[in-house]
Amino acid sequence: MNREFVFVPARFSAQAMPLNPGHHSVLHPAASQAGNIEWLYWVIFWILFAVFVLMVAAFARAGAKSRVLDDAPLPIIEDDDGDRRAGWAVGSALAITVLTLFVVLVLSVITGKRVEGLTSKNPITIQITGHQWWWEISYPNSQADQTVTTANEIHVPVGTPVVVFTNSADVIHSFWAPSITGKRDLLPGYSSAFSFQVDREGTYRGQCAEFCGLQHAHMGFSIIAEPVDKFQSWRQQQLKPAIEPAASESSRGREVFLTHACVMCHTIRGTDAGSRVGPDLTHIASRNMIAAETLPNTAGALAGWVVDPQRIKPGTQMSPNPLAPDELQALVVYLQSLQ
Amino acid sequence: MAVAEPIVANDQDAGQSGLARRLAHTWRQPKGFLGWFCNTHHTDIGIRFMVTAFIFLLLGGVLAAMIRLQLIRPENSLMGPDLYNQVFTMHGSTMIFLFAVPMMFQGFGVYIVPLMCGARNIAFPRLNAFSYYLYVGGALVLWGGFLTNTGPDVGWFAYVPLSGPAYSPGHRADIWSQMITFTEVSALGVAICIATTILRHRAPGMTLNRMPILLWEKLVISIAVIFAMPAVMIASGLLLLDRLVGTHFFNPAEGGDVLLYQHLFWFFGHPEVYIIFLPGAAIISTLVECFSRRRIFGYTPIVVSVVATGFIGFSVWVHHMFATGLPQLSESFFTAASLMIVIPTGTQFFCWVATIWYGRLQLRLPMLWCFGFFFVFLIGGLSGVMLASVPVDLQVHDTYFVVAHFHYVLIGGALFPMFAGIYFWFPKMTGRMASAKLGAWHFWLFFFGFNITFFTLHFLGLRGMPRRIYTYGPDMHWQGLNILASTGVIFMTAGLLVFLANVYRSMHTGEIAGNNPWEDAGLEWSVSSPPPPYNFLHVPTVSGRDPLWEDPPDQPVVVGLRDDIRETLVTHSLDADPQHKDEDPGPSIWPFLAAVTVSAAFVGSIFTAWAIPIGAPPVIATLIGWLWPRGQSPTPLPNEVPWIH
Repeated sequence: MNREFVFVPARFSAQAMPLNPGHHSVLHPAASQAGNIEWLYWVIFWILFAVFVLMVAAFARAGAKSRVLDDAPLPIIEDDDGDRRAGWAVGSALAITVLTLFVVLVLSVITGKRVEGLTSKNPITIQITGHQWWWEISYPNSQADQTVTTANEIHVPVGTPVVVFTNSADVIHSFWAPSITGKRDLLPGYSSAFSFQVDREGTYRGQCAEFCGLQHAHMGFSIIAEPVDKFQSWRQQQLKPAIEPAASESSRGREVFLTHACVMCHTIRGTDAGSRVGPDLTHIASRNMIAAETLPNTAGALAGWVVDPQRIKPGTQMSPNPLAPDELQALVVYLQSLQ
Repeated sequence: MAVAEPIVANDQDAGQSGLARRLAHTWRQPKGFLGWFCNTHHTDIGIRFMVTAFIFLLLGGVLAAMIRLQLIRPENSLMGPDLYNQVFTMHGSTMIFLFAVPMMFQGFGVYIVPLMCGARNIAFPRLNAFSYYLYVGGALVLWGGFLTNTGPDVGWFAYVPLSGPAYSPGHRADIWSQMITFTEVSALGVAICIATTILRHRAPGMTLNRMPILLWEKLVISIAVIFAMPAVMIASGLLLLDRLVGTHFFNPAEGGDVLLYQHLFWFFGHPEVYIIFLPGAAIISTLVECFSRRRIFGYTPIVVSVVATGFIGFSVWVHHMFATGLPQLSESFFTAASLMIVIPTGTQFFCWVATIWYGRLQLRLPMLWCFGFFFVFLIGGLSGVMLASVPVDLQVHDTYFVVAHFHYVLIGGALFPMFAGIYFWFPKMTGRMASAKLGAWHFWLFFFGFNITFFTLHFLGLRGMPRRIYTYGPDMHWQGLNILASTGVIFMTAGLLVFLANVYRSMHTGEIAGNNPWEDAGLEWSVSSPPPPYNFLHVPTVSGRDPLWEDPPDQPVVVGLRDDIRETLVTHSLDADPQHKDEDPGPSIWPFLAAVTVSAAFVGSIFTAWAIPIGAPPVIATLIGWLWPRGQSPTPLPNEVPWIH
């Protein structure tokens, strides 16, 4: 389609800008929604660029034409002829303006319809609930034991439409992954829905886009788009309860978890820990990042986070846990075993 | 009732100076420390508004520099989230509520409107003075809170439920809410003064269709203020009730509604943009006419555009809420309304180009700033067209793209015209010309720095950098652009320092200006610089839109106003026929005292609801003092038409 012909140079020039990250950009779409918006963005951009050039030229020409290099105030001119000609010019410019605006309006409404419509049937459904400062993700199912609950990491099958239902547990958050689609606020007291479909495999970053308090900056998430079979096996894995500790150290780690403050907020299915205040940790070891995309999921980061989360995310709801070194060691080993 | 001796317009100097002496005595303002608080003359109050607002521009600029310094590298430890959230909230609140509106609407309006109308003082001068003190009170509350680590930290918009009692304990959000009450009451008071002055104190002959465009814009803005400000006061008032007495207007757990707050806030918030931009456009229209040495092209289309902007400005507020998830029909409606506002704004731009094109442009210092405005505001307006489109908005909403957009609109629409206006009216306010050379340095430094900083932010937004984050990870690759954006601050700061030096130097050693250094047409240029306390020796009459360019030398003046009391002329709203005389209430300490008691009640209500019943009696007492009948004019003023000679 000639659409590619027109916009490839534009996209190329935008990507040639220094330090273009690619995985987190409005101009680097990986889903048809973001793709449609990018197309609209460039159409409007070039229309407005033409307007900009014309207006600057008009001012420059007007200034150059009528400039008088004399600081003493000149007498006032009466110029009915100029008024008449200016009337025609201004009238035509206005007509063109109205026409241009109408084009923008129509394009915008059409693209809006495309972005909001589902591209094919049989979508999967995801419920996203915003918390200060993490994302609760669940894949609801009519059978309760078939519902997957996780945090901050959204797995979706490539090429399958995804319907997202939103909600918030506390303040207003906004769900935004620039490469996937536009943002949607998560409002307490309101539930709304939107949909997207990722077309390319990959990991795409997202971040909260509505100011939500102290750790608004550290409220990231990622969308992992993978082939359907890989997604299904991930889902089956997530449905299982936590594995029984194999080694004595991880068994001790579970004891630490269940006898300290951890159990007040977190769930590990298959154990007595069942609180829903914080993220579900049943399969924490399967996630790439912790603390809402703030730290890599390594032993060191995990230990640092457990001991003093306030240093890493000042204001976070999780309190410090002054564990003895051997307890901490065991806990981290246990958490890292929760694939 | 003694009627003042009729004085012929082209009288000999002896008679003139005698009258001038008597008027100067009658209209004198009290001197000394206490006298400062009694002053009710609009030129003094207007300059106070401007100077105070400028101080807050500088303070807000310091906060902006702190923000740019924090974001200069990933994981910066200069500020933690607690301080950073206060800093950006304070930056936004200071710039909008303590700088932009007080400077562009109140400051310029209070100073220039009565002079342009040919009036001796603003209508309701005590209310006007009261509004100034209340504004200062709000500013002190906000900055007092910030300096004692109680600065608001919920954003300049203070969305619920984040700003509600459950998520913002302490008094930070209360301080924000009450600052709103202070500044909005102040704006409402001034709006009433300015609208009344324009409608009732215009010089005879200045019919509506001869009114300068600047007066039209001030009238439209005043009416917009009267409709817009109550919405935000309701929003912040309900928020305060939620926080202070436990109501549940915005608590979803008890059936409250978080979107209600957003509707109320943006019903104020978007007209606010035009309340800030229209005064700028008014200055531009005035200057384009003066420096093109030609009557402005398209007086009627411009006036219609201004009125249309005032109306359409009230039907676009939902475009701040596209991301909340709306039905397609309402999305399309608000997109269309937001696009529609381009039409009146475009009309003004086209008329300005045409005026320059068919005029004889003199690119003097104020006009240089006008060209800066054309360029900067054009970019802001065009990126605004992008934001009106819902799909594009959903991507760039609440990112640095929007930050770039509204800085182009607000700095372009307010700061550039403000400097144009300051340089233009500087001779009127001080009697001396500002240095054109320093002014040009100021312009180029500021213009360059501004574009470096804010054009860069567009790219950051497209690359996914959200607003209001205190830090970011190195893996986001935002550092390079943030460093570039931060370097612009150096140039803008240098520009502002040059400006301050220019003002200081020009006030002392600038060239003496004379009455009308630019040979402009407005009535304010017919009086001495700075204007005398009575403004006009004789209240003028006019016979066209551009009085000083058109009026014949023997243009009649109004005589018959007494020179032993502060008499003003009241004219008809539409055709400006003289109707009756009124007496200016004169200097008084009561507006200041009333502002103090009202401030005490407002500040008290941050802490307890009892501050309202306890604080009310002193307020009532000061109002009684304020409105106490004056002894010196027992007889009603005659209602006969003063003599126009």
